[in-house]
Amino acid sequence: MKETSIYHPHMTRIASIKQATALEKVFTIESPNGKLGHEPGQFVMVSVLGVGEAPISISSSPSRSNGSFELCVRKVGDVTNALHSMNPDTKIGIRGPFGSSFPIEKMRGKDILFAPGGLGLAPLRSLINQVIDERDTFGNVTILYGAKQASDLLFRDELEEWVARDDVNCLITVDHGDETWDGHVGVITTLFPKINIDPNNTIAVTCGPPIMYRFVLMELLGMAIPESQIYLSLERRMKCGVGKCGHCQIEGVYCCQEGPVFNYAEIKGFEEAL
Amino acid sequence: MSLKILDKGAIAPLVEALMDDYRVVGPQAKGSKFTFETVTDPANLRLDYDTTILPPKKVFQPPQERLASFTLQEDLQIKPIIEAEPIVLFGVHTCDLQAIHLLDKVFADDYPDAHYLSRREQTVIVSLECLKPCDEHSFCKDMGTLNASNGYDIHLTELESAYLVDVATETGEKLIAKYATARKATEKDKNKLNEALNAKQPLFSNHLDFDVADLHTLLKASYDHPIWEKLGDRCLACGSCTNVCPTCYCFNVSDEVNLSLTEGTRSRNWDSCQLDEFARVAGGENFREARASRQRHRLMRKGRYIYEKFDELGCVGCGRCIRTCTARISIIESFNAIHHNRVGGNGQ
Repeated sequence: MKETSIYHPHMTRIASIKQATALEKVFTIESPNGKLGHEPGQFVMVSVLGVGEAPISISSSPSRSNGSFELCVRKVGDVTNALHSMNPDTKIGIRGPFGSSFPIEKMRGKDILFAPGGLGLAPLRSLINQVIDERDTFGNVTILYGAKQASDLLFRDELEEWVARDDVNCLITVDHGDETWDGHVGVITTLFPKINIDPNNTIAVTCGPPIMYRFVLMELLGMAIPESQIYLSLERRMKCGVGKCGHCQIEGVYCCQEGPVFNYAEIKGFEEAL
Repeated sequence: MSLKILDKGAIAPLVEALMDDYRVVGPQAKGSKFTFETVTDPANLRLDYDTTILPPKKVFQPPQERLASFTLQEDLQIKPIIEAEPIVLFGVHTCDLQAIHLLDKVFADDYPDAHYLSRREQTVIVSLECLKPCDEHSFCKDMGTLNASNGYDIHLTELESAYLVDVATETGEKLIAKYATARKATEKDKNKLNEALNAKQPLFSNHLDFDVADLHTLLKASYDHPIWEKLGDRCLACGSCTNVCPTCYCFNVSDEVNLSLTEGTRSRNWDSCQLDEFARVAGGENFREARASRQRHRLMRKGRYIYEKFDELGCVGCGRCIRTCTARISIIESFNAIHHNRVGGNGQ
């Protein structure tokens, strides 16, 4: 124990980089020791030596991890700006996976409603693809995805696949339409009236910017989905990922340990949560 | 394990002898105040100190410490730095002793932190009974830290011209046997100890207007108490209260690179939940933007969150945050104000 540090990152390699939007890139990272061993919804601490460390949610599903995993990263802080300036083959540090995951075993046999907004698709994609890969073990699958504008839509190839599938109902909207977009225009809540669900048999999963949660939650609860069947993934500042540094605390709860995935019924009493 | 007697005159030779094999850290004068510093001259050790500016946590979790070194040359590499040395921490008051006991739990929990624990494992703690209050701001009696509890190897209680030495661990026994000239305590000595412990009781007064056992439930019911806005209005968000707190352990991590950009270090520094950016994410959202919410967070940690997680209060009653606050915010007055003006009534 004395020789190993919980803050020590495994150095690994960026296998490939794909520009997703003006602000977001998808990084494929070689898994340390060949296997990350994550569950959908977990995150890693990403190190850029000389710049620092930042928590990034894992965007790829365990079912599609062939010795690598994916991170969808918005260029917004010191570490993410540094990542965006990198080329494939560059070495970065990885610690983790950390945190709670979506309770996929509890979800089997149920209808699943995904409601990601903007970059909130990044953590949910790890679960969506897992569900699609094990499609037979779930009931109806609905995806409602909203972004500010068409150019902000992430994972466009996969969105098209999801839309094209008969066994997935995927609806996409943008807040502001333009000439590149001939789909639905309006905030994400305008998609809810378009779907029919069986609330008691549905598990809802949402992630997005803080402003979005309240409105999406109102829709979900309005459809009579029980609070205990709603899951959210929350973002916090983190400096350690292991419940020590204090930055991610939501009242008495460490988001890096008991989160980032929370059950709504368990977190709703926390004023600091949203 | 055993009770011994050490003449006061034997302390300096003991420290002198320890200095050969250990870094001895103890209270020393700094202007009109005291600080825990490495002892270079046993004559400077001031076991009559009242309190120190910073608590002894800095021995185990320094204000800044290196976690790793890395090279930015072609093959990027990072190597952990675990710095520890044999230390005797001499003269720890019982409030600070309890704080160390809590930090031991925090850093050993779930993911053991080798940086803290390695230092801790190599440290021998010699604690010291307070026979009178350090000043009007301490409230150790209320927080149950008036006497030594857990975590000491050797505990000293002053008895006229000698110290009664309570040796609690094997490490303590070995240290006394090797470095000190002590004799076994007699029944008469033990009676003197009891007299001293009894005599100190009336000198310490209670400052908390309710039973500390109720503190965490009181705070649980007080999340929406009007006091937080009042504290927020006064707080300057300087972070002094958390810096001097013996149980505050939150930290920031940052990288520094040398001028030729070939290598660097990753360090952690004490951080403070009272600072504006503490809970702010890169995208700009700040989850504890109002000073009121940050003051609430501090007091909730001290009286409730830490208790719920580690079964120990996050406040040991040392009074340092009260002494240091330029806005004159007092944690004990705040707890009392919450008690006397309970949300939804029931105050008394």
